[in-house]
Amino acid sequence: MKRISAFQVMGPVMIGPSSSHTAGALRIAQIAAHILKEPADEVIFYLYGSFAETYQGHGTDRALLAGMMGYPTDHPDIRNAYDIAREQQLKYQFIPATLKEGMHPNTVSIEVVGSSGKKLSLTGASIGGGEVIVNVINGIDVAFTGEYPTLIVQQQDRPGVAAHITSILASAGVNIGTIRMYRESRSNRAFTILETDEKLSSDLVDRILENKNIYDVFMIN
Amino acid sequence: MFGNGQELLAFCQKENISISDAMIRRECDLFETTADEVQQCMLRQWQVMESSVEDALSKNLTSMGGLIGGEAKKLMKRQKEGTSVCGDITAKAVAYSMGVLEVNASMGVIVAAPTAGSSGILPGTLKALQEKYHWNDSQMTDALFCASAIGLIISEKATVAGAEGGCQAETGSAAAMTAAAICELMGATPEISLHAAAICLKNVMGQVCDPIAGLVEAPCQKRNGIGAANALISAEMALAGIPSLIPFDEVVEAMGHVGRSLPESLRETALGGVAATPTGCAYKDKLRQKI
Ligand code: SF4
Repeated sequence: MKRISAFQVMGPVMIGPSSSHTAGALRIAQIAAHILKEPADEVIFYLYGSFAETYQGHGTDRALLAGMMGYPTDHPDIRNAYDIAREQQLKYQFIPATLKEGMHPNTVSIEVVGSSGKKLSLTGASIGGGEVIVNVINGIDVAFTGEYPTLIVQQQDRPGVAAHITSILASAGVNIGTIRMYRESRSNRAFTILETDEKLSSDLVDRILENKNIYDVFMIN
Repeated sequence: MFGNGQELLAFCQKENISISDAMIRRECDLFETTADEVQQCMLRQWQVMESSVEDALSKNLTSMGGLIGGEAKKLMKRQKEGTSVCGDITAKAVAYSMGVLEVNASMGVIVAAPTAGSSGILPGTLKALQEKYHWNDSQMTDALFCASAIGLIISEKATVAGAEGGCQAETGSAAAMTAAAICELMGATPEISLHAAAICLKNVMGQVCDPIAGLVEAPCQKRNGIGAANALISAEMALAGIPSLIPFDEVVEAMGHVGRSLPESLRETALGGVAATPTGCAYKDKLRQKI
């Protein structure tokens, strides 16, 4: 049994009003911002289930914007996210949508365009207590929480790619907790997602990118 | 070390220590840290709690859903004018507790204690009492350890989540944690703290979770105010030597059982209770139109 600490009972310190509607939402947007790796210019949030019904009353909209702009979950300026987004000339839109079958009732799909024109779409769910799970990136079904240091590798589905990644991590002394590959069904594109015990340094990204079958690498620490 | 109230009492008696000491030792043991370190961390939680009470009284807060706002100030006005029907401590405790819910609903910084929806009761009640008894920071920190021991047992043996056990599990647990902490602060034995917590939980046995429009605003805020009063009065009874006839562990188990028997409509889904009344639905519709 997982033992509960005093600070899980008397905590966390958080921004109200509800950890699943604020902290969780913010974290999903934060993951999208990490993967985008550049400032967002334009973003559309599609809100599902309870997110669609209560997003203004719970401040989910502000939390999502704040996450997109890189704010941490306990920052007092989250409530001013609209003003800050306007200052940063971030264009945003919130679209309540109908929950699809099998979707968690607190789900958001994010479509974002970065300052260089790079596009990303990501779907995630807030599963309670501020914890999240990312379900889809750029149309490919995935599953990770962002709770551990995570490496997301966008690649061609060719032999040798996984070996390339793991050997680089091993030489850097990084212990791999989990490794999973997600394939897009019709093309030969795929994601390899690794969760590690140690924090990841950015020079690893460049070394992993040396393989010609790898398009891009994202890191969440 | 301890998994229920009885074991907690036995441990405290054997070692001749308070509930807060027992909780600190458990924390050091399980998470390989020092008493100093965990006390420092808990002090930070207390400081955030103090500023959440301060924010409630000094800032003009508008909640995201617009269902609450300004209640703490209204109550404080009566207390200051000397016209409160509750007496100073209760009047302040209720005002502060409700104020913290205003902070929470306006996206301010709070400590989930044990949840965001019940975050007013502990800081509000303890702050009001501290102003009368002038306890120092280290005493307040201990009080939070005592409260977390109670919250921990309830989490492990039942639940502190409204979605699982109704509001009795959220604001009820927060009040029970507070009542136990008050008794320890007043110098009572661990046994008396457990009686106070048990009395508190019994008072709200069966209370449903029915947030209007699905928001953590109403009736949540008023239940925090009344939770503060529940904590104070339950502590008063226990301190007077009035025991809970049903022991704490059995009350917790009963609360968990009642929580599990509540239909889903009464567990945070906003489909039952006051949320489903014509007026409750009208608030929901009005909020949706704004969207
Ligand atoms: S009514 Fe529900 S949401 Fe409100 S405080 Fe109680 S348990 Fe929490």
